Amino acid sequence: MIAELGQYALILGLVMATFLAIIPMYGASTGNVFWMSFAKPLAKSLFLFLLISMLCLVYAFATDDFSVEYVAGNSNSALPIYFKLSAVWGGHEGSLLLWVFILTCWIFAVAVKSDGLPLDISARVLSVLGMVAVGFASFTLITSSPFERLLINTPVEGADLNPLLQDIGLIIHPPLLYMGYVGFSVAFAFAIAALLSGKLDVAWSRWTRPWTNVSWAFLTIGITLGSWWAYYELGWGGWWFWDPVENASFMPWLAGTALVHSLAVTEKRGLFKSWTLLLAIFTFSLSLLGTFLVRSGVLTSVHSFAADPERGLYILVLLAITVGGSMLLYAIRAYDMKSESDFELCSRETLLLINNLVLVTICAMILIGTLYPLLIDAMGAGKISVGPPYFNALFVPFSLILCFFMAIGVSLRWKKSSVSALVKQLLPSLIISVILGVVAAYLYNEQMTLKATIALVLSFWVLISLGLDVYSKVKNSSVKILAVKKMPISYWSMQLAHLGVVVSLVGVALVATYSQERDIRMQVGDSIEMEGYRFEFKGVEKRQGPNYTSDTGTLVVYKGDNFFAKMHPEKRFYPARGTVMTEADIDAGAFLDIFVALGEPLADGAWAVRLQYKPFIRWIWLGGLMMMFAGLLSAFDKRYKRRDKQRSTSTPVASLA
Amino acid sequence: MRRILLFVPFIFCIVLGVLFVKGLSLDPTELPSAKIGKNFPSFELPSVRDADKVYTQTDMQGAVRLVNVWATWCPTCKQEHSYLNKLATTQGVEIIGINYKDDRAKAKQWLKRYHDPYIFNIYDEKGGLGLDLGVYGAPETYIVDKQGVIQYRHVGEVNATVWADLKVKMQALGWSAK
Amino acid sequence: MRLTGILIAWLLISFNAFAVIDTFEFDSQEQRARFAMLSEELRCPKCQNQNLAGSNSGIALDLRTELHRMVISGQSTEQIKAFMVERYGEFVLYKPSVNSLTYVLWYGPFVLLGLGFILVIVMIKQRGSNRAQQRTQTPAKNTVDREHQQRIKDLLDKNK
Repeated sequence: MIAELGQYALILGLVMATFLAIIPMYGASTGNVFWMSFAKPLAKSLFLFLLISMLCLVYAFATDDFSVEYVAGNSNSALPIYFKLSAVWGGHEGSLLLWVFILTCWIFAVAVKSDGLPLDISARVLSVLGMVAVGFASFTLITSSPFERLLINTPVEGADLNPLLQDIGLIIHPPLLYMGYVGFSVAFAFAIAALLSGKLDVAWSRWTRPWTNVSWAFLTIGITLGSWWAYYELGWGGWWFWDPVENASFMPWLAGTALVHSLAVTEKRGLFKSWTLLLAIFTFSLSLLGTFLVRSGVLTSVHSFAADPERGLYILVLLAITVGGSMLLYAIRAYDMKSESDFELCSRETLLLINNLVLVTICAMILIGTLYPLLIDAMGAGKISVGPPYFNALFVPFSLILCFFMAIGVSLRWKKSSVSALVKQLLPSLIISVILGVVAAYLYNEQMTLKATIALVLSFWVLISLGLDVYSKVKNSSVKILAVKKMPISYWSMQLAHLGVVVSLVGVALVATYSQERDIRMQVGDSIEMEGYRFEFKGVEKRQGPNYTSDTGTLVVYKGDNFFAKMHPEKRFYPARGTVMTEADIDAGAFLDIFVALGEPLADGAWAVRLQYKPFIRWIWLGGLMMMFAGLLSAFDKRYKRRDKQRSTSTPVASLA
Repeated sequence: MRRILLFVPFIFCIVLGVLFVKGLSLDPTELPSAKIGKNFPSFELPSVRDADKVYTQTDMQGAVRLVNVWATWCPTCKQEHSYLNKLATTQGVEIIGINYKDDRAKAKQWLKRYHDPYIFNIYDEKGGLGLDLGVYGAPETYIVDKQGVIQYRHVGEVNATVWADLKVKMQALGWSAK
Repeated sequence: MRLTGILIAWLLISFNAFAVIDTFEFDSQEQRARFAMLSEELRCPKCQNQNLAGSNSGIALDLRTELHRMVISGQSTEQIKAFMVERYGEFVLYKPSVNSLTYVLWYGPFVLLGLGFILVIVMIKQRGSNRAQQRTQTPAKNTVDREHQQRIKDLLDKNK
């Protein structure tokens, strides 16, 4: 009965969403306050119904209700409770419900936090969000409801969650990733509202920025977690494969980063208005594209849910309406959005424009690469593959170019900067960076490579530029701490985000260049040496887990002559699905990961063992974490606080007149 | 000018949309053989039935035939086997078998139990011929013409629907049912 | 026989839940590196987007074995790739060959970036010349501003 309740709540949610999509929008276009005021209550009740629906599905999993087909396909009574709960989003239907639920969370947040907005804007924004909700809720209900029952031949036991997903990664990665994907719908809704109302002013940018920055933060951590999860879960030490589904998350991130920067310019200088609107629409469109690519079967991917061209068609129609409609609206209405101010060639605006250009080009490159096989096939010209060698070959130079301009951009002023002052400031720091970078690269490993060295040089240069900028802000005050406090939170979040980029860059450059791997046959007592570490194989034992049996190996690692770590890689067999999983053991360090995995047993009691040496790999995710904190932090900037306080302080002045 | 530029994103989306509609009708997992239009790869391998008899690529010439890659460890091969029997007996289709990475004794036993539709069976123990053919998973069925040139490959089981398609292709090459 | 047993086991495992760890031996570090590079650049013909290194399917193992044989027998990277393409088609190369079909793929992004840079510079220069034009064309606007300023000053003085 609970499942039916969940289905019914979803239907009611769809009804609320339909009203939300129509009524406040109608009110805004006719200036009718009564109809517009329905937006917030409708938004809140939409959230409530989806919450009930989600809770019903969670309940079905928690109580092992295998009469619900989705539960039977993704759970098992022997599954630990925390995996039962996260199995809710382990398959296509449940993850869609999660998507819709998270959308309603954002809608609720916008409804609650929009008291400072004019009524017509908040009405329009919530209506647009309601339209998106109608699309996805109807898609879920009609094609992919997680509440379908198996009343004939109800299974006694579930098919178990895919062992690959039985991991903490499943608990956190999809919800955070979806928070990011879906969060960009808010920026999208604000853009549509601006196009419909014909108004785009400083206030609009001020409202849109925190929503965009926070969604960006979530998407950043979602992608970071995905990479981290793949690294330790899949057992072969890779952390990014340029798989279509991974690209589908990276593209909105790139466009979203461009949007974050473009919004900064629009808020501070009233510039790039139509470009910002286009980016906001484009970013969310890429999120939707991701949904399409993952679930339609149009591209092959290890990540994709069961491919279904019928569902794919439905999503495509949704895309056509949402993206096509908004792009058409943009083409018609954006003409009237003209920017007022000016700027010189040597200014922060120019560098941010270049930033946008490079980011959008990288995004376009990934889109081309991901869709190229499909294009060639559709043209009837055969089957080709585009994979990591292509993406890495192009991504590296583009991202180095981006970092080059980042070092310059953080040092420039708005509107106009003197070229000579810039050169005077940056040229010495560039020279120092080259020296530092080359020395650091050489000291780290005598076999230097050009790419890694350039990456290090640029990292130092950005670091010095960031440092110089902070110094210039505090040098004039006698009490430095006060100067630091005086800087707005948004300034520090900007520095933190850029610092995060540098940290990730260093991690990527070093691990891609200097990682080592050996696959060897080891017998008890054998030892092997790699990069100054010695690995001794001590044997394998059998062990029993909650829903698996395991072969657990023991390796003792020595650094030089000193004991370094004892490692236990496992091979687990899950009887419910009959699958075998490698659980690698990783000795994680701030500067180095040592990675050990167990392969197949060989003749004479020997085992195949994989050893990996991964320097600085944690820096990649540390950078992502820093970027996430920066994005979240920026929402706390003073200027987003409620204006009631200002009103109460301004009345005394008025009374003087 | 600016007005026209503003329509570029919209046009771009339409183009992508058309691509995706076409894409929905395609199957990205389908991989056509790289050997189509090429001669059957050269090989020298023994027969399954008789270890002393050796076959080469010239034995693949002379008639329009099906070449079926199969193995006893392949469950789908068992599924399609009865249909292959039917084709051989009722339609007079000549089927050459390639026993792929298998065990000869097991293969012989399997054929005795489930009947043998093959005019002859090549024992590709190491899978070298399969590799040269571009086999990536049993069962696979090739159409080979009179000159020994590979004309088509089907991956997966042969059933009534598949046969309808194969029949048309074979007839175009000059084959006729007996 | 053993191989058959292993192949059967792998067929029962329907998911690519782990990468198989081979224990190939090489004569030099250079060979090992070349093998590693090629097994990552070659695609498994059967799997859902995995390279030879990352797949545990039967065909991937066979192809890795063949790859190993070719590497230690001294064949060049081009020869090995040609061998694979001859049997499995261009599909099996994760690094697409540069031909008339793939010019857009390989060079397109660079062209886009270059065009973009030119566009940015042209656009900014144009703004600059627009601004200069405006300054010479609207001195009247400045007089209106000055009049406005004077009126405001008069009003404020009146209030004092």
